[in-house]
Parts: sequence; C-alpha cells; structure tokens
Amino acid sequence: MKGRKLLIENAHIPGITTFDVYQKNGGYRALDKALKSMSPNDVVEEVKKSGLRGRGGAGFPTGMKWSFLAKPEGVPRYLVCNADESEPGTFKDRYLMEHIPHLLIEGMILSSYALGANLSFIYIRGEFMWILEILEKAIAEAYSKGYLGKNIKGSGYDLDLRVVPGGGAYICGEETALIESLEGKRGNPRIKPPFPAVKGLWGCPTVVNNVESIAAVVPIVNEGGDAYAAIGIGRSTGTKLISACGNVARPGVYEIDLGVSVEEFIYGDDYCRGMANGKKLKACVPGGSSVPILPHYLVTKTATGEDRLMTYESLADGGFATGSMLGSGGFIVFDEDQCIVRNTWNFARFYAHESCGQCSPCREGTSWMEKVLYRLEHGNGNIRDIDLLAEINKKIEGNTICPLGDAAAWPVAAAINHFREEFEWHVTNREEAVSRNYGLSKEPVTA
Amino acid sequence: MKTHIDISKRKGERKEFSEASLVRIKELMSNVPEGKHKTAVIHVLHMAQSELGGWISVETMDYVAELLNITPIEVYEVATFYTMFHLDPTGKYVLEVCRTGPCMLVGSDKIIDYIEKKLAIKVGETTSDGLFTLKTVECLGACGYGPMLQCQYKNYEFLTTEKVDDLLNAMSNGILETYQS
Repeated sequence: MKGRKLLIENAHIPGITTFDVYQKNGGYRALDKALKSMSPNDVVEEVKKSGLRGRGGAGFPTGMKWSFLAKPEGVPRYLVCNADESEPGTFKDRYLMEHIPHLLIEGMILSSYALGANLSFIYIRGEFMWILEILEKAIAEAYSKGYLGKNIKGSGYDLDLRVVPGGGAYICGEETALIESLEGKRGNPRIKPPFPAVKGLWGCPTVVNNVESIAAVVPIVNEGGDAYAAIGIGRSTGTKLISACGNVARPGVYEIDLGVSVEEFIYGDDYCRGMANGKKLKACVPGGSSVPILPHYLVTKTATGEDRLMTYESLADGGFATGSMLGSGGFIVFDEDQCIVRNTWNFARFYAHESCGQCSPCREGTSWMEKVLYRLEHGNGNIRDIDLLAEINKKIEGNTICPLGDAAAWPVAAAINHFREEFEWHVTNREEAVSRNYGLSKEPVTA
Repeated sequence: MKTHIDISKRKGERKEFSEASLVRIKELMSNVPEGKHKTAVIHVLHMAQSELGGWISVETMDYVAELLNITPIEVYEVATFYTMFHLDPTGKYVLEVCRTGPCMLVGSDKIIDYIEKKLAIKVGETTSDGLFTLKTVECLGACGYGPMLQCQYKNYEFLTTEKVDDLLNAMSNGILETYQS
C-alpha cells in the first residue's frame, strides 16, 4: 500500500460523488466487510494497530481516543465529525468532502459502528454550505441503499447521520466549543475534565474526530491496521493530506506518505514544484497558523543538520526553539518578499477576532498583541514593544480554558525568536517600514 | 468579538418563511432526540438570512425563537456570536473578502483596495444604490485558491482585478447566474 493514495486516489473519477460510481470503485467494501465479519471491537483494534493519529492538528492516537469512550448502560453515545476546518492554511477536509463525500459517509458509518453510536453528526463550518448540500445528498443516497437507517444491511445495527452547520467561528474547531455549538449555543469551550469521552454532547459520552481521521478508517478496515502502519516512519504512520498554500508554484491538496522530506514536498515535481515566480524561500509555517514559523535554514534541515521530514516527530525536532509541528497539515510558504512582522500582525489580528471572549488572558491578551504588532508594522513601534509582546505571551500561555490562547501566543513567540532583526528594523527604519516590506523587494506595501 | 450594540438600528419588518422552508425547519427539529431541537438554531438563522432579506433583524430573531420554541435571548446570543450573520441591513450582494495570512501572501490586500476604490466605499460600508456591501472576513478555508471572496455562500477564487471587474459587472447587470468564475 506504500506510495499509493488511500483517501483521494479516486477523487478525480467523474461522478464519484454519487453512490453508484463510488461503490463501483470499491466504495462501501470496508463497511460490508465490517458488518459481515467484524465486531465493533475488532474495528477499534484495527484502528489502534494502524497507529492513526488525529488529523485535525493535535495528533492524538485515534484508537486510544476511541478506547476512552465511556459506555454506561442505557446512555446514548455520539460520534461527531469535526468538519469545521478553519485553521488558516488548511483546506484539505474541504477537498475530501467536496470531491469524494461518500468516503466520509462510509467512514462515519464504520466509526459509529465501532463506537456503538446510533446517531452521529457532521459539524461543518457555515461557509461550506455548498458542501453541506453535497453531504446531505450523499447521505440521502446511503439511506436509500440501506447503508443508513434501521438494521443496516441486515446487521441489526441502526444509525442515523445528520449534518449541522456552524455560523462562522474559528473556535468551534475546538471540540468542546464544537459540542456547545452543535447544541445550538455560542461556541464557548468547556472546562476539561470532564472530557467529551465521558460528558460530551447533551452530557453523553462523545467522540469528536476530524474528517480526515474518519475517512482514514475506511482504508484501515479494507487493508488492515498493520498494512496502514507499514506506511510512514515510526509513530507517524499512514498517509496525510497536506494543503499547500502561499508562495509555492503549485498550491493545492496533496496526499503524502508520512516521511516524505520537506525538501521534496516543496521542490518535488509530484508536489509543490518549488517557489512561485522563481523567488527564494524565506520561511514556512508547516502545520497551520497556530504552529511556530520556521526560517528558511530550518525548513528542510533540522538544527542538527538532519533532513527535515514530513512527520509529527521530525517537524517538531528541536522543540519550540528550532522546530515546529505537523499540526493540521496547513503548509504555508513565504517567499523572500514577505514581511514577517506584517504576517505576524495579520495572524494576531485573526486570533484577536476569533477569541470567544470567555477567558480574560486570551480576550485581552490577543487584542493587545494585535495592537502592539499593528504599531510595529505601521512604523509607530518602540524597541521595548518586542519584549512587551513576549511578556503578553507569557500571560496568555497556559492560562486559558482552551488552546486558542496558546495558538495565538506561539506564532508570535516563534516569529520574534527567529526574526528579531526584522522586528527591530521596523523600529529603526520607521518610514521605510511603512513604505515597503522588509527584505529584498522594493515593492510598496499595499492597503 | 463584538462590543456594545445599539439595537435600535436593527429593527426590521416581520417576514415569514415559505411553506417549503417551514417543512424543512420541522424536519431539522425532529431530526434530533426529543427536546434537543435547539440544535437547529444556527441552520435556521442561515435560512432566515438567505430568505428573509439578506440580514437578520431583531424581529427575525424573535420569529426564529417562536418557530423553535425557545426564548428570544437564546437566539440573540447565538446570532451575535457567529460572524456569518449580518445584524445590520446589507446591500443585495455582500462581498466577503478573506484577509487572513495565506490570502494576504497572494495579494488579498490589493483586491480589497481595488474593490474599495471601484465601488467608492470602505470596508463595512454599502454602496448608495444598495447593491454592494464590502466586508473582510477571516480565513474561509480556501488558502490555496486565494485571493478569494465569498458572496451568498458561493466562493469566487484566484481573484485578479479583471475577475473582480467581471464579477461585479455580472452582479450589477443581474446576470450572475451565467457568470463563470
């Protein structure tokens, strides 16, 4: 199974969004197999064996997450698919759902069967309304073919599946905020514990998994957990969807074997095909806007000079000092003309905008960081502001209910760590900072 | 995060859903376990915004509360939290341009600038003919396809100034249905 796409191989087949074409191309085979010859626990065991780790960003082993699910007698359990994809740089789940929706539906039925859920939800961000329609169509087909509803294919297993939209809130990608939103409330994260596995949707045991994680259950059941685990390196098993954007020649969604080198991913013919417009690489945020930025000399090599690989471990090599994270696979590439201060301000503005406002350190801290970065970028900064940012960071990090505060703090800390010179330049060259970007380009700053 | 809101500017006429939409709302409410129908509130607010005038007035929120058999405050608190809901009157077409990092790297600033100049309005304003409202939004999950904007749940991607011209023309002339992005 090495070197083969497991999720989006068939995404280009005409008509694959329909049940019939999907089934003709091997679809619903995993589900048939599971319902005929596997107990729910067998499915859980295969997922454990596969080493699959949560594809939404945290990288927590999916099988282990499933095994934490409480199973009290007479209490319903829920599976919720997190399709709130909203981490800047990430657009992989959208691709999967839009092009091959039945893969997610099949994965949802398989996973619900494994967890003993009889009602499951796909929570999709409201801006993907056209994909909600695609999914609802696919679900209606699955009902009419007997793969959803009562007594699925004579197995005695019942499952209903619903799609629920969000309303535009990054925070709803956090699992407890997502559950609140799914209950029809504001997306304010809950204090953990209790974890959703014990008290989740409507107070019942709930598993929340990313779209890609759930879709990956299909090939895992089809070919076995061991075969899946044979792909990749060490604890980074299987394939991963990477969404590449920014200044690369060919942005898009790529399914890679975990373990491909970052060098090959950026410059290889099968992937991004190098930088756009023949520019030089300046920096890279390899796992969505929340992960630390890497300067060009740490992108393809680690600090110890080893090749940097697309794995959870290799991208994190060096910790926050010289490493980053695989995160959600939102791979953002910066060319030599980009201004790190401007980008850091832009991301800080994002987090200030998206803070739910529940915890003071995050609500106030993200806004202050945005303000300080704004004045640095716009030529009104002071050299003390750079250390002030680090101070604010420390006040936010670890002091909030959910990780949004950390996610806002880390990118700023990393940017200052690696590009301090550039921040200082904005203070010592105020007029230039307003009229053009730092770096080689003489192109003026717009807007 | 939103700060203090002057609710007096958000009054509108009471409008009602079509029969088909009412059937759909009943279905959304009965899709979930007994007593958990509040789940439908965000979906119904989307329907309200699309069908009842392009924005959500206080009257519309009260109407949604009635339909869902929940208190008005339960609708207000949701409508004011989620950024997709327009709580002020808007133009016919609300252009929501993504301004977040990945789009900025490929030129979203220029697109926002261009639309502001072309329509002679600033971000957040509506043209005097009531046709366009310009807004900026945070990441819409189209990072590889930027710069981009969303209008009425439809994405317009890989924007250039020429494409913006074509799109705005199609909207001005009421021929958006035939517009190919």
